[in-house]
Amino acid sequence: MGLIHEIDFGTPAALSDKTITLTIDGREITVPEGTSVMRASMEAGIQVPKLCATDMVDAFGSCRLCLVEVEGRNGTPASCTTPAAEGMVVHTQTERLKTIRKGVMELYISDHPLDCLTCAANGDCELQDMAGAVGLRDVRYGYEGDNHVRAKQDSGINAKWMPKDESNPYFTYDPAKCIVCSRCVRACQEVQGTFALTIEGRGFDSRVSPSAHELFIDSECVSCGACVQACPTATLTEKSVIAIGQPEHSAVTTCAYCGVGCSFKAEMRGEELIRMVPWKEGQANRGHSCVKGRFAYGYSTHKDRILNPMIREKITDPWREVSWEEALNYTASEFRRLQYQYGRASVGGITSSRCTNEETFLMQKLIRAGFGNNNVDTCARVCHSPTGYGLGQAFGTSAGTQNFDSVEHSDVVVVIGANPTDGHPVFGSRLKKRLRQGAQLIVIDPRRTDLVKSPHIKAAHHLALKPGTNVAVMTALAHVIVTEGLQDEGFIRDRCDWSEFEDWAEFVSEERHSPEATEDYTGVPADEIRRAARLFATGGNGAIYYGLGVTEHSQGSTTVMAIANLAMVTGNIGRPGVGVNPLRGQNNVQGSCDMGSFPHELPGYRHVSDEAARDVFEKMWGVTISSEPGLRIPNMLDAAVEGSFKGLYIQGEDILQSDPDTKHVAAGLAAMECVVVQDLFLNETANYAHVFLPGSTFLEKDGTFTNAERRINRVRKVMTPKNGYADWEVTQNLARAMGLDWEYTHPSEIMDEIAITTPSFAGVNYPYLDQVGSVQWPCNEHFPVGSPIMHVDGFVRGKGKFIRTEYVATDERTGPRFPLLLTTGRILSQYNVGAQTRRTDNVVWHPEDKLEIHPHDAEQRGIHDNDWVKLSSRSGDTTLRATITTRVSPGVVYTTFHHPTTQANVITTDYSDWATNCPEYKVTAVQISPSNGPSDWQVEYDEQARRSRRIAGHLEAAE
Amino acid sequence: MMQAAGTETRQRVADVVDAFKGQDGALLLILHGIQDEFGYVPDETVPVVADALNLSRADVHGVITFYHDYRKHPAGRHVLKICRAEACQAMGGEAMVERAMELLGLNFHETSSDNAVTLEPVFCLGLCACAPAAMLDGQLIGRLDEDKLREIVTEVRA
Repeated sequence: MGLIHEIDFGTPAALSDKTITLTIDGREITVPEGTSVMRASMEAGIQVPKLCATDMVDAFGSCRLCLVEVEGRNGTPASCTTPAAEGMVVHTQTERLKTIRKGVMELYISDHPLDCLTCAANGDCELQDMAGAVGLRDVRYGYEGDNHVRAKQDSGINAKWMPKDESNPYFTYDPAKCIVCSRCVRACQEVQGTFALTIEGRGFDSRVSPSAHELFIDSECVSCGACVQACPTATLTEKSVIAIGQPEHSAVTTCAYCGVGCSFKAEMRGEELIRMVPWKEGQANRGHSCVKGRFAYGYSTHKDRILNPMIREKITDPWREVSWEEALNYTASEFRRLQYQYGRASVGGITSSRCTNEETFLMQKLIRAGFGNNNVDTCARVCHSPTGYGLGQAFGTSAGTQNFDSVEHSDVVVVIGANPTDGHPVFGSRLKKRLRQGAQLIVIDPRRTDLVKSPHIKAAHHLALKPGTNVAVMTALAHVIVTEGLQDEGFIRDRCDWSEFEDWAEFVSEERHSPEATEDYTGVPADEIRRAARLFATGGNGAIYYGLGVTEHSQGSTTVMAIANLAMVTGNIGRPGVGVNPLRGQNNVQGSCDMGSFPHELPGYRHVSDEAARDVFEKMWGVTISSEPGLRIPNMLDAAVEGSFKGLYIQGEDILQSDPDTKHVAAGLAAMECVVVQDLFLNETANYAHVFLPGSTFLEKDGTFTNAERRINRVRKVMTPKNGYADWEVTQNLARAMGLDWEYTHPSEIMDEIAITTPSFAGVNYPYLDQVGSVQWPCNEHFPVGSPIMHVDGFVRGKGKFIRTEYVATDERTGPRFPLLLTTGRILSQYNVGAQTRRTDNVVWHPEDKLEIHPHDAEQRGIHDNDWVKLSSRSGDTTLRATITTRVSPGVVYTTFHHPTTQANVITTDYSDWATNCPEYKVTAVQISPSNGPSDWQVEYDEQARRSRRIAGHLEAAE
Repeated sequence: MMQAAGTETRQRVADVVDAFKGQDGALLLILHGIQDEFGYVPDETVPVVADALNLSRADVHGVITFYHDYRKHPAGRHVLKICRAEACQAMGGEAMVERAMELLGLNFHETSSDNAVTLEPVFCLGLCACAPAAMLDGQLIGRLDEDKLREIVTEVRA
């Protein structure tokens, strides 16, 4: 073990197929055309001294340290900005160069503090390294003149000195240590795409400035940390490094937040996590991260974390801490009792999209083999189940078609019902980079998201539709393409079923689907739709990215099919730069679906009625598997209220907060006799639990996560589970307590079982993942190295299927009592129900959920900015504070759902997708009125939550 | 945190922005326009300009601070700039600087308390042949000497 050191090549890789050969310090090296001399040199193993160059950003040529001499050329060009040329002979170390470099370093050091021993970057400072590399021994200029280093100068104040900015919770900016290399400014621009930093002033006055000379926390900075990573000195430093010191070993692992699945080096000192540094070889993130992945890991050691198992007989009792043995034996006997008393189907389980593939596989195995039924479901039910269904129907697989690198080849990008700069920030940055290179963007969203317009990017079209009219808009786009003859007939004839296409084309061509006919109820001007459709059909490689704004509707599955239709009719499937790409919400939501978490599907999306598939598992596990699909989450809750469903094992999910119609969920849970919650914290669902099994974090276990691009990434254990066991061990111990003879000693053995039983994972195993870093399924004998792009030579199902997409308005309608439409979403700094991010310093950016309302609607109701308002729907009401903004259209209001006190899902209804029961979170008819405090439900709920969190022998927390 | 622009300021900035927005290199033109309108570039105009040109506040701030001619505060009624570049230094420019400071009672970048005059350094006015050189309210003055300085001071104090 030791620190993983990544080579910094100084400038980004060139992508040309043509190669050239040159000689550097006597060594011959062949590189792609366009490679800089600096990078070629590093590839030859020769490090040219440098300060302003790093391979995450383009060459800049400002530090004057990387100068080289080229035979036959005058002067000493900078190696970072000089492209390698055929036959070039380069010298990186000559007397002339040594003298120049030493002189340059003397100038740098004459205006830099000499506190290396007590500096946070000691041991990880490129300035220090370069001083060593050039042999700096003396600074002829002295340290006495004008400087940025000392607060006082000549017994007066030094106007050039600036104090440290410690306003960001995770890193500090110390201008005294800055060498103005601009790496941070360029990282913010080129990598993150926020443009929050600049160099203010000129010459000796030049300083790095967040926005217009503001504090970091007040500036446009989104705290992604790319600048901190790029800084060669201690100017921008993680506070954790300042507090603890430099790490001594690291392991590559995968972020446990969103579905982008960024790879990080977890840099450790002993079992203490010092910092997370994005891994440049990570193929999802390519060395970038967001504020959550890089900084928001503090929840793993938060005092609220529960570390001992607990049980109680009634949910009104205080919790009692017990041994693991007692907790598991109690659970096992309760589940057996319930099954004996109420029947085999009276218990079930919910798998987690936050846990590993291996853990999810074990959960469904426990339910199918141990409980003997198919009552397993997962939180994908409430997010991307329509994706699984819709894409399965159209293409034959329930997953996105591309890898994230694909966006680098897109010419027109459609983003529907997704807000990547907040929800999937690293993908958002990669998309923005492509947009700045000239790709066009069409945003279909009721709200003006940051992608519609923010510094240096602007959508060509923003179709600000009324919530709930996705299908109508998508069909109208198809109408324009078909009636104007813009379809890719060659692709359709070759790859799709022609008669189905003809049927569909006839359907979409009907006048009632024209943009003019639908304008009335979609709210999108017909001309805007026509122009957007033409752009997508004729603008080159067209890619569609979508999120929960598509799926969480009563017609979620229909919209997914409409998206598939649009991709097929324009021939945008099966090559880089195109495709249909669901942006998955959670780190392993793709994996949890792959692993057989649905009540009707075995791992690998094989229906439980498929005898051959059942046979594989029955032989392996020595049990009989029911051929009847089990209950979905909403059905389990309904059955519980009716009295036939009595026991539920919930791993890592907070259904009370995340599922629709909170009151119904609460009633269902309250009606059960044994609710087992396995989680890091006493979450909201645990208020209704009888057994609490403490969970482990992603830092405490081995396993794999599968991200939105089907990429199987390794998760590596870097610390001992504080609760005693990784989650897979807890499930295994429960299985053993129920009499199953499981003997896994490591998650790799579970992956081997997955590979044997599931064809799309046949080629996956830990040694292979360790060797290649990650792989995208399917990975088997047909695709031995995995599948970055799917449907390349043909659709998985054979011919692509065009499906009619009739728009049916949701039953949730506005009327005189509830005249506004509420839609919900996320914000950058918080994640999902917030159980983790609320327990980190990320709360400085979003301490509460707020309601966005248009000035027109606010004025009508006498609501001012920051006022408390009551938000009511047919289901219930809650209160929160208002933000008045034109981001939302008149008639539409918006809020996030990160804080339990807001309980946005008290408001949402129980309408759901017709095919998959995915709840209709994105459309609720509401009314807003002024208010002066929490609603009765909130007060009652808080009191109930407080009572149900009591632990015997512990003083109640003061907060 | 940046202070938000008031309605009136916002409208005056918007008018300037509209006048130049479509042109190449609009940012510099707009900043000149704002300086002409307000006499300086007020901080609160930064977000307005940034939004209009789809730039970040940092982008706009970087440009404003790079050019010394964009003012952060209003100048006096008159602005005297004295050249400190090499040719002028060689011809006694530094002595003229000291004399001007004495006569006006100001250091560089300062404005007199009666708001009559602001004294500023400049690096080359392109008038090296007539060094030392100065500029008063945009008018070039060559072969600056003590008499001319007195004349200038009398004029600006009038």
